[in-house]
Amino acid sequence: MPVKFEVNGKPVEVEVEPRLTLADCLRHHLGLTGTHVGCEHGVCGACTVLVDGAAVRSCLMLAVQAEDAKVVTVEGLSLEQGLTPLQTSFRKHHALQCGFCTPGMITTAHALLSEEPGCDADRVREVLSGNLCRCTGYISIVEAVLDARAAYQRDGKRP
Amino acid sequence: MKLPPFEYACPTSISEAVALLASHGGDAKPLAGGQSLVPMLAFRVASPSLLVDLRKLAELRQIRITDNGVTLGAMVRWREILDDARLRTAHPLLVAAVEHVAHYQIRNRGTVGGSMAHADPAAEMPGIAVTCEAQIAVVGKSGARVIEAAAFFQGPLMTALRADEIITEIRLPQWPAKRRFGFQEFARRRGDFAMAAAAVFYDEDAGKLARNAHVGAIGVADRPLRLNAVEAVLDDNTIDDSIIAKAEAAASAAVDPADDIHSSGAYRKALIGVMVERALKGAASIG
Repeated sequence: MPVKFEVNGKPVEVEVEPRLTLADCLRHHLGLTGTHVGCEHGVCGACTVLVDGAAVRSCLMLAVQAEDAKVVTVEGLSLEQGLTPLQTSFRKHHALQCGFCTPGMITTAHALLSEEPGCDADRVREVLSGNLCRCTGYISIVEAVLDARAAYQRDGKRP
Repeated sequence: MKLPPFEYACPTSISEAVALLASHGGDAKPLAGGQSLVPMLAFRVASPSLLVDLRKLAELRQIRITDNGVTLGAMVRWREILDDARLRTAHPLLVAAVEHVAHYQIRNRGTVGGSMAHADPAAEMPGIAVTCEAQIAVVGKSGARVIEAAAFFQGPLMTALRADEIITEIRLPQWPAKRRFGFQEFARRRGDFAMAAAAVFYDEDAGKLARNAHVGAIGVADRPLRLNAVEAVLDDNTIDDSIIAKAEAAASAAVDPADDIHSSGAYRKALIGVMVERALKGAASIG
């Protein structure tokens, strides 16, 4: 069935089966392979995207449910040139190794910092507890998110 | 895994939704937030022929607070409960429990009605409903009815809902401002399913004796439980260390959890006692 929504500020229209998840729609129909699919049952957080501003697991949402929604993927959280403050912070703190979980970490951290730019380390850990990383041990990711708070406090929503 | 094939409908009225469910002879499922149902589809635990998406039913999204209590529309999301400052006084036990529900992203989508209909024995909302003697309003092709929470949950993932029925509201009785309460949950990782959790509340009379004690246990049986034996220990007593120790022992004695992959039954039996103890200490403001 046809479904229309907005992805990273651009309107899209796709023809999908009802059973197609939003994650697979983004990857296979729209070529936005930055959204990673890890567990496909809502445990790992790698597929996190923003739907109408809220961080959600795109493997637990059907593409047809995104009708009329504004979806932002990790591609939509980057700049044409250079790195955003959140990306810069991830690089500075070595907050990724293999990188598989990173899109989910970035989208989740962006939602958190946009809503709560003053969040403390406990809050960052609580929110990121829904995102699995098998490389870093999380400490560097938490540090990167905490270090990016200043940019969100200064400038409001990023990028 | 990829989801099994199904048809999809997105009705704009409850009557249309009920008619769609009824038309598929028990093989259709309502889709609320999808945070339990979609994993069930991915695991092939469920493979309905039709999903009836409830997202356009605005009347299911309201939180109403009146002198009779708190009414949660079935499509109210966890995030909306946590963001509603009124609920921190209108039903603080509900808020305390919802803080333990799943992870950040799940709380942005998951709904109270979906959790009730899913009826996971380790889920918080069914436990709160049973502890607080909530009423569950449902509507189906033969009309609307109200089910008491104690009768609603019938086993793991089993409820009194008929195949053509949709939950419309969860009604929590009025919460007195001075009521004492506690909620304690133990999970390997915060946001994961409870290995055991306890919800307790009681009122106090002029002599500071506990009245109307309610004790709920989550994750230790095939459905959420009220622990009447523990309530009997609390009622008409001052809640102090010695009563709490008796309540802890009574809570462990009242349940008989099975062994599973996460822990032995004996461990869970001990754990529920500790959860009741900690919840009561919080309720009584004891160190």
